[in-house]
Amino acid sequence: MGQILLARRMGKTRIIAETGAGQHGVATATVCARFGLPCVVYMGAADIERQAPNVFRMKLLGAEVRPVTNGRATLKEAMNEAMRDWVSNVGDTFYIIGTAAGPHPYPAMVRDFQSVIGREAREQMLARTGRLPDACVAAIGGGSNAIGLFHPFIGDEGVRLIGIEAAGLGLEGNSHAASLQGGRPGVLHGNRTYLLQDDDGQILEGHSISAGLDYPGIGPEHAWLHQTGRAEYRATTDAEALEAFQLCAKLEGIIPALEPSHALARVGEIATEVGKGGNVVLNLCGRGDKDIFSVAKHLGVEL
Amino acid sequence: MTTARIDARFAALKAEGRAGFVAYVMAGDPSPEATLDILNGLVEAGADVLELGFPFSDPMAEGPTIQRAALRGLKSGLTLKGTLELARRFRAGNADTPLILMGYLNPVEQMGYRAFAEAAEAAGVDGVILVDCPPEEAADLVEALDSAHLSLIRLATPTSDDERLKVIARGTSGFVYYVSVAGVTGVKEAVAGDVAPAVARVRSATGLPVAVGFGVKTAERAAEIARVADAVVVGSALVDRIEAAVTENRDPVTDVLSLARDLSHAVRNARAAETV
Repeated sequence: MGQILLARRMGKTRIIAETGAGQHGVATATVCARFGLPCVVYMGAADIERQAPNVFRMKLLGAEVRPVTNGRATLKEAMNEAMRDWVSNVGDTFYIIGTAAGPHPYPAMVRDFQSVIGREAREQMLARTGRLPDACVAAIGGGSNAIGLFHPFIGDEGVRLIGIEAAGLGLEGNSHAASLQGGRPGVLHGNRTYLLQDDDGQILEGHSISAGLDYPGIGPEHAWLHQTGRAEYRATTDAEALEAFQLCAKLEGIIPALEPSHALARVGEIATEVGKGGNVVLNLCGRGDKDIFSVAKHLGVEL
Repeated sequence: MTTARIDARFAALKAEGRAGFVAYVMAGDPSPEATLDILNGLVEAGADVLELGFPFSDPMAEGPTIQRAALRGLKSGLTLKGTLELARRFRAGNADTPLILMGYLNPVEQMGYRAFAEAAEAAGVDGVILVDCPPEEAADLVEALDSAHLSLIRLATPTSDDERLKVIARGTSGFVYYVSVAGVTGVKEAVAGDVAPAVARVRSATGLPVAVGFGVKTAERAAEIARVADAVVVGSALVDRIEAAVTENRDPVTDVLSLARDLSHAVRNARAAETV
């Protein structure tokens, strides 16, 4: 929303975006429909398959979804392709980046727009409990929802900030998307941050069951929070996320997206650490309707 | 810092009253041995400056042609180290032709600026183009390259205004690479009428020779650009030839050099043809 208002103010007449899980693509397509601007969404071909409901939503909203088939055909390639479009059409086109990464000023701008959720959470916690929470927990791919939640709490030293990366099939191998815990600093997409990469500096493909988390980098502000120790970072495997997905649906009556299911999987142990009477804020950053088909497939259920 | 080979080459071109032909190929496309043959062949075909791409997994500024070339390079096992080894072997047989490495920052970051600069100097490399290294972030890199007598060649684009050109000029040496189209490599075509005033602007803002690339596909277009620029860069069109030959099981070296000869001929005779 913030980005499209900026695009309009700058007089741009065409919008592009990249998307992994399709959430950002749907959001962008929605605001484009609202303001009557043409919208092209770049999406990895593999993600188009995993996230069919969101692809359909984007098309209903009038967006053109362009499949990207390079590499592993997921979020990283979609971002490369969106950048290529952007430099080729820089006169009339605004690139709405979906995460708090990429070239300056995107990490800061996306964070500021996303931090509505953190300001709201802080205010509501103070109003309802009379104090700040003990911990804030969020899943991390590029890290926009997490930085949005964390940012207003950074100055509140007593509040633990815990980001959950995707451990995929496990942190030991290369089949994960935990840039902070399994990567090292480098440069990609216009920012210096932690990246999954080989010895030669070639970027590796992230893997996660969740299309929104399998980005091999992470927003640079998380890299800073990680290095300074202000935030802690943990990881959840595909299997744990699937389990948390089902548990949340059964216990809470909420079908979460696979992305926040990674955070849900860790929230039990965090609650134990915080102890009785403590408060933990979890950012449930997406709903799971879009993941129903993909989860069913993983559970061996035919729909 | 400026290297002798690049300056000498542009001075010679000026004395001859013609533009230079800069040829780009990707290291390891389709194999390191073929690349070495192609580099040597390009010089024989009349290339005045060579640009050797080193493969990167995420070549954001490249069109489909060079993206695929990077994949072939990676598949042939070529790393930045391997590219430097190729450069060393080329230099062992050629003392004068400037050799520029072109690629993305991360492989250089991972090797370390100083280690890279020393290795590149030892390999006989003259300059480096790092597409995704903005001037604001380049101080450490420039220092490392300077101490190894390597040029950092920067890109200017149609959207670089005079203020930006001043920033680009700082820390740049050898020549400036003018990206003649807003876009990625090898997709749009440069328009000679737009290029002439842009080249003049870049030249006066930076005081350096200007090489024009990113949208030069044919000998005719190369000749048009050669009338107004100090050098013409052709990459994707050459790489297309390599790809076609590989796909059709022909010798890529023969195919690419035949195009290189046409391009070289067109560039060398562009200004003479105009006077006639």
